[in-house]
Amino acid sequence: MNKILLLLFVVVRRDLVLAMRRRADVLTTLIFFVMVVSLFPLGVGPESDMLRKMAPGVLWVSALLASMLSLGRLFSADHLDGTLEQMLLAPQPLSVLVLGKMVAHWMVSGLPLVLMTPVLGLQFDMPLEAVGVLMLSLLLGTPVLSMIGAIGAALTLGLRGGGVLLSLLVLPLCIPVLIFGTGAVGAATSGMSYSSHLSLLGALLVLAVAFTPWVTAQALRISME
Amino acid sequence: MLEVSNLACSRGDHRLFSGLGFALSPGQIMQVQGENGSGKTSLLRTLCGFIQPDEGRIAWEGADVSDLAEAYYSRVLYLGHLNAIKDELSALENLKISAALSGVELGESAAIAALRRMGLKGRERLPVKVLSQGQRRRAALARLLVSGAALWILDEPLAALDVNAVALIEELFGEHLARQGMVIFTTHQPLLVSGTEMISLSLSAP
Repeated sequence: MNKILLLLFVVVRRDLVLAMRRRADVLTTLIFFVMVVSLFPLGVGPESDMLRKMAPGVLWVSALLASMLSLGRLFSADHLDGTLEQMLLAPQPLSVLVLGKMVAHWMVSGLPLVLMTPVLGLQFDMPLEAVGVLMLSLLLGTPVLSMIGAIGAALTLGLRGGGVLLSLLVLPLCIPVLIFGTGAVGAATSGMSYSSHLSLLGALLVLAVAFTPWVTAQALRISME
Repeated sequence: MLEVSNLACSRGDHRLFSGLGFALSPGQIMQVQGENGSGKTSLLRTLCGFIQPDEGRIAWEGADVSDLAEAYYSRVLYLGHLNAIKDELSALENLKISAALSGVELGESAAIAALRRMGLKGRERLPVKVLSQGQRRRAALARLLVSGAALWILDEPLAALDVNAVALIEELFGEHLARQGMVIFTTHQPLLVSGTEMISLSLSAP
């Protein structure tokens, strides 16, 4: 057990160090998110009622698209330089390594979006409570996006034009996360209880942690043949 | 001990080899020979479990490798055409990470000693992207020095290496065989390992 945790830590730290040395990749995701979200108030106009209503949907859809942007790189760099072969040959289960890569991917591409949300919420004149619920829902939901996305990234590994295929595969699977995520904020702004939405998001997260690493590991073994 | 019997492998519709069998005991070294496209790399990748064979059995100490899975992987060191090193990391970081991935605990001084022996003295902490092709290959081959694996599977280990490095690899093979290790490799360059007879396996293009 300890060895497995240690390995998880090694993989997460390795991917974070690599991300820090290739900062441009990290920043593209974040800047894309900020740009897309900021375009909406400019395009729709300054009616604050409408903006308040749109805000959760716009932020969630933008987070979804931003997370698609960085998914292609999740395994492809390791595939191209041969590291993935070494991971397949690791004496620990491959799903542990995959979970480590998912965690690192979320910390690099999901967590910054969550932290950026309060600033972007201001543009939509969101009430403070709604911003808090939005952050919570993103905090629970973005890891699920990274994990579901990893399955798609593993399946499309090494394919030409894999990026588009990846989005087509993954986006439909992300719809439940989107519905519960925006639903929580909608419930909070209309004064209803939002805990059921967050519980469902939490349940999705638990399911994703339990199954997606294993599925992704199988997909990687198929793609490497 | 590695035993292969009646192995067949194809890529797409193209049959690469069939009915292949050999056994490798501790202390033995085998060179896989064949023309370009005869399936040398596919054979080595099959032995590592990356490719599922069409037919046949690969057994490690009597048990099927697909049943052993991780227990077998911990005994194997594979180095393919790709170096499996990251350009952004230094040779030292690369070596420590790959050791950790293969479950080996490696101290800083042992890692530096391994890189120095591979002729990378003074370049241990430089990002790999500033090194030459040969130096990158040396950095990748440093894994041979720190691994505890019994079976080395090496695809063209001599690619991009100079004469001194080739001599060093010959020396490392000799040491590994003396510890009752096993080596399977491919190369198009002459390689002499003193003290043992090299088994030769020829793949002919069908």
